[in-house]
Amino acid sequence: MNPYELSIAQARTELDKGTLTSRELTTSCLDRIKAVDSTVNSFLLVTEEEALQQADIADKRIAEGNAAPLSGIPLAVKDLLCTKGVTTTCGSKILENFVPPYDATVVEKLKEQDAVLVGKASMDEFAMGSTSENCAFAVPDNPWKAGYVAGGSSGGSASSVSAMECLGSLGSDTGGSIRQPASLCGIVGMKPTYGRVSRYGLVAFASSLDQIGPMNRDVTDAAMMMNAISGFDPRDSTSVNEDVPDFTASLTKGMKGLKVGVPAEYFTDGLDAEVAKVVENGIQIFKDAGAEIVNISLPHTEYCVAVYYLIAPAEASSNLARYDGVAYGYRAEDPESLLDMYKETRSQGFGDEVKRRILIGTYALSSGYYDAYYKKASQVRTLILQDFQKAYESCDVIVSPVTPTPAWKKGAHGDDPLALYLSDILTISANLAGIPGISVPGGFSSAGLPIGIQLQGPHFREDSLFKAAYNLECGTGIANKCPEL
Amino acid sequence: MNITTQEVKHVAGLAKLNLSEEELEKFPGQLDTILSYVAKLDELDTTGIAPTTHAFSKQNAFREDEVQDSLPREDALANGPNQNGEAFVVPKII
Repeated sequence: MNPYELSIAQARTELDKGTLTSRELTTSCLDRIKAVDSTVNSFLLVTEEEALQQADIADKRIAEGNAAPLSGIPLAVKDLLCTKGVTTTCGSKILENFVPPYDATVVEKLKEQDAVLVGKASMDEFAMGSTSENCAFAVPDNPWKAGYVAGGSSGGSASSVSAMECLGSLGSDTGGSIRQPASLCGIVGMKPTYGRVSRYGLVAFASSLDQIGPMNRDVTDAAMMMNAISGFDPRDSTSVNEDVPDFTASLTKGMKGLKVGVPAEYFTDGLDAEVAKVVENGIQIFKDAGAEIVNISLPHTEYCVAVYYLIAPAEASSNLARYDGVAYGYRAEDPESLLDMYKETRSQGFGDEVKRRILIGTYALSSGYYDAYYKKASQVRTLILQDFQKAYESCDVIVSPVTPTPAWKKGAHGDDPLALYLSDILTISANLAGIPGISVPGGFSSAGLPIGIQLQGPHFREDSLFKAAYNLECGTGIANKCPEL
Repeated sequence: MNITTQEVKHVAGLAKLNLSEEELEKFPGQLDTILSYVAKLDELDTTGIAPTTHAFSKQNAFREDEVQDSLPREDALANGPNQNGEAFVVPKII
């Protein structure tokens, strides 16, 4: 077995026993990246030199007997997390040369444990997209099938873990951007409760929806990474001061006493038959583990996409106003005036999808339209939140598909943005309601593409999700499955 | 038609974007499709329903107003596309 094939938990044991060093493990991942990344395109930047230095520091700490759970573990982070002194592009030409003067809180937390950062993962520009094809640079491929999308927007974070180029990664999820690529690439991905993980140093897309979360080869590793990144941060005013339990303590077999809700609205005609079958199998696994299955209703599900595609662009149009060519990032050459500099910088620096969303958001917030669009969407958001509050009166966890279909071919949606937006229908509501969600590998399609199962829970009940996810993983027996590359 | 080419031009101006001929050809139709779709929300009566801006907000986040270290000027200027060591330089305004 190559070291890069180890899960984080397995590597931890080997590192602590002294049968493996972080330098060996890191070198193994870097060699793997050299061997497969020209095919998978997970990385926008590989920080080989820094990684080996971090590995040596970690090895020293481990030898002294002071190892933290992630000491010496090679990880990747999505390229919208600020890394001090290391270029952070957000997948955009406008930030192509941006070198942050500080670390995001989550990066700081990984560094405190002496985790090893091997590189910055590819993504849709400013996290806007569902396939990572909106990246201005390298577009990742699905490690399970060449020419198929890895999903998005955290596509590189997903493909890097799936292709075993690193042992885990961080992504961000505004409407499904962790859970959807995790599902399409056959790995575990968690979007925590809004406020559970600090957003300080995360390049903002839609601030009331964005959350950072772990992407891993199995549920245990995801719980270990959640332990590392969770917690209150005074530098993020939306961070919530809630106790952080040890999430690995939830990983026990048996679901007696847990109620699993099945929402009728998530199993509609548009659902691929193979996806439905995988989820039904998951429900059977829960039953066999002793859980009680209850039928629930989330009646406003059909309005989620409409609400999201007003609120997210509205917030984005405001957040992205900062890219004006003054203090950082790209600046258009030879501007005639300050206004001309703003306009040309933005027009040359942003890609199509970002422009579309800025236009939608600006329109929805503009004079005369605010009540009809943004306010209306925010009111319907309340109804969606209330749907979940009501559902959780009768269940602890909600089970559903993550996406209506397995991964599709690159370029499939061409010039029809709405068709692609509609594929987000099953993941968006968790962001609107601020609740946690996790995607767990459930099975494969007949074409050999991974299919995930989504679990959603009440605010700050990631522990219930981890318990259910662990039981699901034990039942399917497909964790840590590696595609042939 | 919810949005005309003229309106797209106006909104682009508000957003400080210049749109190319090709974009002016493509965007109005795409934006119209999206806006027609989101009009679905009109099916719902939301009279008296409070809007949600943050799904989970316990209270406003107050803190003591304490003096803290800030980013050194050199670091703050380091990413500037044009800077003179003291400030960012932009085209003349007045």
